Amino acid sequence: MRTIAIECLRYHPETDRAPRVQSYDVPFSDDMSVLQGLQYIKDQLDGSLTFRWSCRMAICGSCGLMLNGKPSLGCEHFLRDYYPGPLRIEPLNHFPIVRDLAIDQSDFLRKLESVKPWLIGEPPQKGTHLQTPRQLDEYYQYSQCINCLLCYAACAQYGLNDKFTGPAALALLHRYNADSRDHGKQERMQVVNAEDGVWGCTLVGYCSEVCPKGVDPARAVNQNKIESTKDYFLRFLAPRKGA
Amino acid sequence: MQRVHADVVVIGAGGAGLRAAIAAAERDPKLRVALMSKVLPMRSHTVAAEGGAAGVTRDEDSLEHHFHDTVSGGDWLCDQDVVDYFVAHCTEELEQLERWGCPWSRRPDGHVNTRFFGGMTIQRTWFAADRSGFHMLHTLFQTSLKYPQIRRYDEYFCAELIVVDGRARGVLAICIATGELICIEASSVVLATGGAGRVYRQNTNAGTVTGDGMGLAFRAGAPLRDMEFVQWHPTALPGTGILITEACRGEGAILVNKDGYRYLQDYGLGPVDPWPRAKAMELGPRDRLSQAFWHEHRKGRTLDTPQGPVVQLDLRHLGAKKIHERLPLITEAAQTFAGIDTVKQPIPVCPAVHYTMGGIQTNVRCETPLRGLYAAGECASVGIHGANRLGSNSLVEIVVFGRVAGESAAEYVRATPQPVRDLSALAQAPAERLRAMLDRREGERLAVLRDAMRDSMEEGVGIYRTESGIRATCAKLAELRGRYRRGVRLDDTSRPFNTEWLSAIELGFMLEVAEAMAHSALERQESRGAHMRLDYEARDDARFLKHSLAHYGGDGAPRIDHRPVTITKSPPKERHYGGAGKQAVLS
Repeated sequence: MRTIAIECLRYHPETDRAPRVQSYDVPFSDDMSVLQGLQYIKDQLDGSLTFRWSCRMAICGSCGLMLNGKPSLGCEHFLRDYYPGPLRIEPLNHFPIVRDLAIDQSDFLRKLESVKPWLIGEPPQKGTHLQTPRQLDEYYQYSQCINCLLCYAACAQYGLNDKFTGPAALALLHRYNADSRDHGKQERMQVVNAEDGVWGCTLVGYCSEVCPKGVDPARAVNQNKIESTKDYFLRFLAPRKGA
Repeated sequence: MQRVHADVVVIGAGGAGLRAAIAAAERDPKLRVALMSKVLPMRSHTVAAEGGAAGVTRDEDSLEHHFHDTVSGGDWLCDQDVVDYFVAHCTEELEQLERWGCPWSRRPDGHVNTRFFGGMTIQRTWFAADRSGFHMLHTLFQTSLKYPQIRRYDEYFCAELIVVDGRARGVLAICIATGELICIEASSVVLATGGAGRVYRQNTNAGTVTGDGMGLAFRAGAPLRDMEFVQWHPTALPGTGILITEACRGEGAILVNKDGYRYLQDYGLGPVDPWPRAKAMELGPRDRLSQAFWHEHRKGRTLDTPQGPVVQLDLRHLGAKKIHERLPLITEAAQTFAGIDTVKQPIPVCPAVHYTMGGIQTNVRCETPLRGLYAAGECASVGIHGANRLGSNSLVEIVVFGRVAGESAAEYVRATPQPVRDLSALAQAPAERLRAMLDRREGERLAVLRDAMRDSMEEGVGIYRTESGIRATCAKLAELRGRYRRGVRLDDTSRPFNTEWLSAIELGFMLEVAEAMAHSALERQESRGAHMRLDYEARDDARFLKHSLAHYGGDGAPRIDHRPVTITKSPPKERHYGGAGKQAVLS
């Protein structure tokens, strides 16, 4: 067993005026994840350290953290890779802190809902739609977002302006728009076209780099810039119904 | 204390809870539905289910086949009337998910594809790569956003059921962010809180799977049924217990021991050829495969790793293309968590606790014996799994019976309107107990009691059991409950986002649920499905073709009694796997 110093950002809403840092010495084996390091602290050293976790296999999206300044899932990174340390663990950037490493996710949930992430249109009465593997491929990549919020922590634009719809929500919007079973593109174009929609993105691309699931939100946003431009010019040619 | 009114309150927002909330909202759009979960809906453990969901679609398949696979898979402890209802409604629910946008994997012609699963005669498992639960959960969550009458209580921890005059009338919960208590006064309550696998040390389950709903119902007087039946999944990563889906074997992967020998042929699952074929070798049921591992280990034919004994799951012959297309999640997981490239190396695997077949007793309408209380999904025992669940029956169970629970609760509210009632007086005593947990200045560390419970369950109520081993665990659990009552001392005595406090409440549920498992196991003096007794090696239909019921015993041990199993058309026979059979063509 080796030992690594883990420096955690601490913040208690009732007793701290500002966040502070507390360091813990954590013995670890080579197969221990950063999440297991936090669990060790909680079980053995300090039960008040607060963080979220659940599946511990990188599919539930609970344990997004800043690890030495980089947005990461705690469960799929290993203490050995930060040795000799120290490892600095902070809550995800750009979100208000509820306590310690737990952030307030409510702004993201509102944005998720704003893109109408459900199939719009009349489905078949019975049975299923037909969808070929090729049609599935059109959107499948974008359906793999686990809502871990690493991309928001990576997004400089969201850091400057939290009105920006942001990478994961725009990728989800694109996931439905690109689905052959959906007919809701026009309804969602208002979100796309808005100042805080795709045009808020300044194309840094760090969101895609940190995505643990290869969703590539930057690509989704850019495809929608093209859509938004087309939509803008089409409006002069054929005014939209109800617009 | 904050008070809120709802018509239906659903506890748990995984697949079953979301489906129940949507069903209640659709059955009566005027109903106020409260959907409460201790985590955001998409964090629920449904997200980690990999393989798929069973529904009859192929021309050569039939509801009869699905019925018989399920009943024999459950070693005849299934309620056959409920299985009939279940198999008849699987496909329509999976189609409904498709119409809501679930990205099921497709055949070249655009129809939904299906794959083989253990214990199933025909390919009937619908799948979305190996992220089936993930896609089902996100589809249900995103679809639920369309219903304004579903009011979510994300990150609220339900700590107590409130019962008035023999009816469930609401819940007492903690708003996690603030630590404030809230009382939801409702006309009906649906429990959809998932399983209890975390009472064991080595398990495939998320940290949230702590048997909360079972504990809530149990304490409120609803019995827990068939709790001795705990499923070990045969293929998990050693140490972490991370799940390596059965879909690997459904796609053709094989299991070999340290000599490279396909050992399953020695345990009534062979012969090896022709391979692959349904219900044989690696496509046998989970109980048989986990039991075979136990024997291989005893014979010294497993491999040793720092995390414990393993056998090898070999996918290499499937080829890189199929592996990446059909099994991307476990390929990623094997790489990250075990450093294994599945295209080039076999995966070291061992059994780990995966699923609780038992749960809160319900009938086919998801009604518990407590009026106004409904249960669905893994927390419930509706009667379809018997002594061993077949893979891909639970992902479809959550939507079939999630819908039933939501509709039943909605109909109950309409048929028997309950007057609004101020429950704050009733909520006072439990609220005081919860607050008092924060004030203890003495007691033991939470992790000490929790780990002792897990070790004792592994030791005495494992894959193979004996009377003396089970008794030792019963005694240990009684001792741990005593120590728990005397006090857990928390480092964190504040209210906002106090996860240590929540873990202590969860531990209280887990100890009682574990006790129900151990005592039910003690009383069942036979071997059936996932319950294997070294001292009673045979199935004993004369004495034990019946359900176990555990009744809450307060601070003491639970009382166990038994109830008949509903047999309609399939009298108990010997369970048969392996043997001669046709080679299957995998799609």
